[in-house]
Parts: sequence; C-alpha cells; structure tokens
Amino acid sequence: MATRTDPKKDVVIIGLGWTGAIMGMELANEGLEILALERGDDRSTVPDFQYPNIFDELKYAVRYDLMQKPVNSTLTVRHNTAETALPYRHLGSFLPGDGVGGAGVHWNGQNWRPQAVEYRLRSYVEETFGADIIPENMQLQDWGVTAEELEPHMTKFESVAGIAGKAGNINGEIQEGGNPFEAPRSAEYPMPPLKNTWDSELFAEAARKMGYHPFPRPAANASIQYTNDYGMQLGPCNYCGYCERFGCNNYSKSSPQVCILDALKRKPNFSYMTRSEVLKIEKAADGKTATGVTYFDEKTGEEVFQPADLVLVCAYSLHNVHLLLLSEIGEPYNPDTGEGVVGRNYSYQMTGGTSLWFRDKVFNPFVGTGAGGMSIDDFSMSQIDFGKEGFIGGSYITAGHTGGRPIQQMALPPGTPAWGAGWKEAVGEWYGHSLSIGSHGSNMAYRDTCLDLDPTYKDRHGRPLMRMTFDWKDNDIRMTQFMKARIEEIAETLNPDAMASGYKGDGAQYDVRPYQSTHNVGGAIMGTDPKTSAINRYLQSWDCHNVWVMGASAFPQNIQYNPTGAVGGLAYWALEALRKDYLPNPRPLM
Amino acid sequence: MRDMPGRPSRRGFLKGSAAGVAIASLAGAVKAQAPEKEAPPPLDQYERVYFNEAEWAFVMAACDRLIPSGGNGPGAIDCRVPVFIDRQLAGNFGKAATWYMQGPFDPAANPTLGFQSPLTPAEIYRQAIPVFQDWCSQTHGDRFENLEAAKQDAALTSLQKGEVGLAPELRDFFQFLLANTKEGYFADPSYGGNHDMQAWVYVGFPGARGAFTSWPGRENARYPLGPVAINGDRA
Repeated sequence: MATRTDPKKDVVIIGLGWTGAIMGMELANEGLEILALERGDDRSTVPDFQYPNIFDELKYAVRYDLMQKPVNSTLTVRHNTAETALPYRHLGSFLPGDGVGGAGVHWNGQNWRPQAVEYRLRSYVEETFGADIIPENMQLQDWGVTAEELEPHMTKFESVAGIAGKAGNINGEIQEGGNPFEAPRSAEYPMPPLKNTWDSELFAEAARKMGYHPFPRPAANASIQYTNDYGMQLGPCNYCGYCERFGCNNYSKSSPQVCILDALKRKPNFSYMTRSEVLKIEKAADGKTATGVTYFDEKTGEEVFQPADLVLVCAYSLHNVHLLLLSEIGEPYNPDTGEGVVGRNYSYQMTGGTSLWFRDKVFNPFVGTGAGGMSIDDFSMSQIDFGKEGFIGGSYITAGHTGGRPIQQMALPPGTPAWGAGWKEAVGEWYGHSLSIGSHGSNMAYRDTCLDLDPTYKDRHGRPLMRMTFDWKDNDIRMTQFMKARIEEIAETLNPDAMASGYKGDGAQYDVRPYQSTHNVGGAIMGTDPKTSAINRYLQSWDCHNVWVMGASAFPQNIQYNPTGAVGGLAYWALEALRKDYLPNPRPLM
Repeated sequence: MRDMPGRPSRRGFLKGSAAGVAIASLAGAVKAQAPEKEAPPPLDQYERVYFNEAEWAFVMAACDRLIPSGGNGPGAIDCRVPVFIDRQLAGNFGKAATWYMQGPFDPAANPTLGFQSPLTPAEIYRQAIPVFQDWCSQTHGDRFENLEAAKQDAALTSLQKGEVGLAPELRDFFQFLLANTKEGYFADPSYGGNHDMQAWVYVGFPGARGAFTSWPGRENARYPLGPVAINGDRA
C-alpha cells in the first residue's frame, strides 16, 4: 500500500522512451501538468554515451549495460500451453531497454512504415485470396486504422526523428530510386539517404540485375545536419559502427534524448522521476476510469500514489501488457477459450540471413551505421500471392554493414571450427571479408501465442512475472523458407568463395538464447471490436477511457518491418484524438 | 584517457595495483616525456582475484588450447585472456548480478528455454573444473594441464559435446569458458585481456576510433590505421 500520496497531475506517463517523450512534449504544449515515471536510470548523451567510453563492446553489447536487468524485471517463457514456463534469466533473444530513452537509445535506427495491406491484413486476405487460406488458429486482425489515416502522423514522426531515406511513392507518383511498393507518402524524407557501404552496393547491383527494386533503408541515423520540429539538432553520422546496443556519442542516431528530451526537460509543466517503477494503475470504484498510479520510488524506498486524470502507458510493449494484467484493466486473454483481450495476439519477428565470404574483397565492416544499407521490397506482403505460395506474410530483404565488432560480429565460413588453431586462422583470414543478406519478416499471431501472468515466479516487488507462450508455426516457417530461396538466388550471382544460410526450418522451436529481435509486439492490441482488442483504434483502453496504451503492444500481428516507425506514427495519431476529441470531453471514443 | 607528460600513468597504476606492485614506486618510475608502458607481471605471478591455484592452472591450459599460440596471430595466453576471465568471474558477470536467480530451478529443462541453473557463472567454473579434471584423469590418465596437446583437444571436445558427466546445473560450463575466452581475446584491453590490442591488430579492427566519415563506399581499400583503446593507447 502506498505510504505517500503526491499532488495530483493532469497526466502521468509510464515510461520515458520514444512514446513517453512524444506524449510528454505534445501534451506539455497543451499546458497540462505532466509527470513521467521511468523505472530505470536517467541517461544523457553526455556523459552516458560519450566518446570514447561508449565504444566498449563488452560492456554494452555483451553485458547489456543499457538494457533491462532481469534481476529487476523479466518474464517466463514456454513454447505451448502444456509446457511449464521458465524464467528468461539472462538476456538473449530480445533486449528490452530501460532507463530514460528506453529501447530508443540502443536501436539500430531502421525506421519503416508498414505497407497499406498490413493495417487491414485480415480484410486484404479475405478479399484477395478468400478466408479459406487462413490457417486454423491464426488470429489475423485488422488494425482499425488505415495507411491514409496514419500518413500525416508517420510524416510527423519522421520529421521529429529526422529520418534519412529516399521516397518511393509520393502521393501516388512512383519515385526513381525509392521503394515503389511503399504506401503513398505526402513528402520526401527529411534527409537524403546515408552513404552506402560497398557490401550494400554489391547487393543492390545484384538485385537490380535480377529485375528487383533496391532502395536505401530508411534510417534514423542523420545523413546531414538537421534541426527538427522541436528545435533539436542532429549532427551527421560518422559511420562509427556502434549503433545497435549502444547510445550514440555523436547526436546522430535519433533517440528520445537527441530529438525530444532536452527540449521537453525545459518545460516548466513537465517533470520526470527515474528509478520509479509503476506497480499498478489504480482504478476508480466504478472500474471505468483510472485514478492514477502507484509506483515504487527506489530513491526513498516508498510506495507512492500519484493521482492523475490521464494515464499514458508508454513502457516497452511487454511491460505495457504486464502492467495492464497486474492492474486488471481489460479482461485477461485465455488461450483455452479464446476469450479475453489483454495478452491476446503476442507475435515476434521472423528473420533469416545468408552470409557470403570473398577472399579477395575487403569490406572494413567497422565502417557502418545501424540503418544504412540497401533493401528490396519485391517479396513484401503486397507483392506475394499468398494463395499460390501457401503462406501469409512477407519480408524485406536487405544488406549493409552495421558494425564490425569482433566479439559479436565475426562471421566465419561454414566448417570453421568453434575454437583452436583453425578458428584462430579463420578470424585472421576472414574478418572483414563477408557480407550478409538478411530477411526481416512478418510473424502472425495465433490462438496460443499470448501473454498472461505466471503462476509461480514473482518479481522483486512480489508481483507475478508475465508468462510468454510462443513458438514458430508452419505458416511463418514457409514464409522464411521462401525468402531463403530468393536470397540464395541473389547471393549466388555474386560468386562468393563460401556461403552459409541461417533460416528457421521445419520443426524449429523458439530458442531464447541467440539474439533474434527485440520486436516483441501485441498483447494489448488495437481494433474496432472490444471482444478482440484491448484498446480502440485511437489506442484508448476499452475498459478505462482515461488509460491510453502506446507502443508495439498495439500491433495485432507483426509487420514485416522494424516497428519503431509505426510506433511513433501511432503515438501522433493517438495524440490527435486526445487533443481534439478527448481532452475537451473525456469519454470512451467511437 | 591519455597520460599527460610528467603525470603518473593511470594505465601503469591500474596494472601495477593488479600486480600487487607498490604504487608509490610506480609514479616515480614514469618518465617525463613519452611514458613507458609498464610490462604486466608474468601470468604465473599475476595476483588472482577469483581463481585458486588449481583453477588457474586449468584455465591457463584450456585457454591455450581454445586459442593457441603459434601460427598466425596471437594466442589467448599472449593476450592474457586468463586475466580477463579471472576478473570477469570476480565481477558482476561471475556473480550473475543482473540475472534473475530466483527459484524454483529446473536446470535440466529444454535448453531452448535458456539458462536455468541455480549457480552463478563463477560457481559453475568452480564446481565444473574438478569434475572435468577427474574425468580427464580417468579417461586420459592425468589432469588436463598435464596432458599433451592432442589429448587436451580431445578432452575439450568431449566437454563441448556434453560427454564428461557434468550435472545439468553445470552444463553451460564449456559455453561460458569458450565465450569468455573469445571475449577476453577481443574486448578492450582495460578488462585485462587483448594485451597490447594484439587480437585487434591481427584481424584489422581499429578499436575505439569511432569515426569513418570518408570511408563508406570505398571498394577494396584497407583501412590504414591501427587500433586505439578506450584509454587512448595505440597499438
């Protein structure tokens, strides 16, 4: 029970990553009194990401210094509802961030918009191929919002974050050199594309020769100097090769710090507390609204009740769902009955890759940036005949060195021993001689891929851990095997000295050990039917109208792209509804 | 951090204290102009912070087979990898300080569910090494460090394949040992391994330079500068 009650705020924000910073900034501009609660540490470019200390692969990439510490917060995992879930005791498969900036500090910066068909995937599949092709237990859903509706908000986020890229479709006009398969956009990217690394040029040339349509990856790594909507300045990227798992020392990689927070912190009506973990969203007696949140103030060791008129849930997607379950906001999903909404439709990301080694090519892989590189979308969702291929989904295919860190980014040809004289010879011979073509793809949600509360394991506050039930399914394995065949066709035209592919195959079990992707989505999904979604199309809780839930927890199934672009766009979309429709008259919308 | 002329070498200070050398004598030993690097103590005189003598003998021998000296490139011993592992096990990694270590535990669970041992990495090294040593004695006739190289390789292969009778809570031992050895080979030298950045020089990694603005897109051009460490040292 709370030992302290603080003065009421208009808005309390849970989590100060991308969406918390966006909501804070825009609602502070409305004159509201705002408090953001962040359970991790405070973080700023200087001193936390400064040169040269940030260039420490062991500390940040291997020991996860900027990530969530499982000792403080984790979840349990099982493959199916018959298994006993066990704790994710140290990080591997996915790396939730904590601290100010959240995962927006340590991302690579690949900033995509979903394709138009992805927002209405169930409708698109039914209209185009017939409902019969949807596998049993695949819970395909529409988002309840369209690409056209989200377009201005995607543009706003790209403008704030400062995205470098080349448009492929401006208001329906296909643009040379961009992605011809993207949803129409209203404007060119804020910045021109980054410089290409040689490996991505080789890939693009090979793809072009095969009739595909290569374009630069949309990058949250600044290609030029840039000042955004909030007066925040980004400096051009110097291709240091330390994006993924690191903070940017150069004010080049878009993060909440670089793009929003230093401006937000100057606002007198905004304040934030670190080391303040929200334990529960408190509900009014009638259960229809929240009264505020109870959080643990680590600095004083107190439980604090923070009253607020509006509660914005802006933590990492998994933690959003955990907090809703703990707060009993929305009926928990039950995979046995298929009823309930909170925890429904967890999904992940299906990735694979083919590496190529060239004895006579020197790539300097340490010259890289998190999102630079070239991609093709010729095998994306809108381009695949799901009926013919026997799966629902798609991938973008891409190449580009993001870094050459020797502990974790040492690609060695197949047959190289894991240790001994042969390994040592190989690292000397092959470091810097490889390129990799990756497939980054969709992952569908199923009746049993879900999140609920674990019956056994507790966190440090005595609350049940969240339990993840997830495994790979045939549909998604067929999708990645399709991509493998396409990528190997491209790769072979480059005549490498050696080549190796890594894709999920038949019978693959989800393995929490190797890093795969931090694109955990779903669990508090958006939609137009309160029976199958936890939040409405404006990201407002169906159950408590003054609780709004941001982030990738809203995705009904995973897109084929990295989620941050859509997460940012959805935040601005929700803000418009909040500002124009909700704040003047607080109530359930729609 | 660059050492300033005429100022005590911080790098020397750190190495000296690790070696148990009297600090006062070091400051005076640093020359006014180009500060000379203090040679670290030989590995057999290194003052350990975690391993006991028997463990140290094993880790020295094992590292020497996982990344042997001879041939092209430095070996793990040349790079002082055992020092790195010793310090890692004494620190947060060895203590599993950031890991979720609440029970109940099911160390024999499906490995795809990840680490499930109740033991920390440091405890796993401590408990697994004697088991492996006994296995080496029974199977190959002597303790690991006394075996000839080919038998050591065979024993490590058996360890890697899970054939030496380790209890489930120790089953990650080889993976820790191998991963820590490679980490010590390639991590910044401040952690005690990658001595003189030899492993970075060998593969051509420039370390903490961190600025390559004019380099993207160059075809088949080898980056010309050698590595720099976080403390400013250059190889």
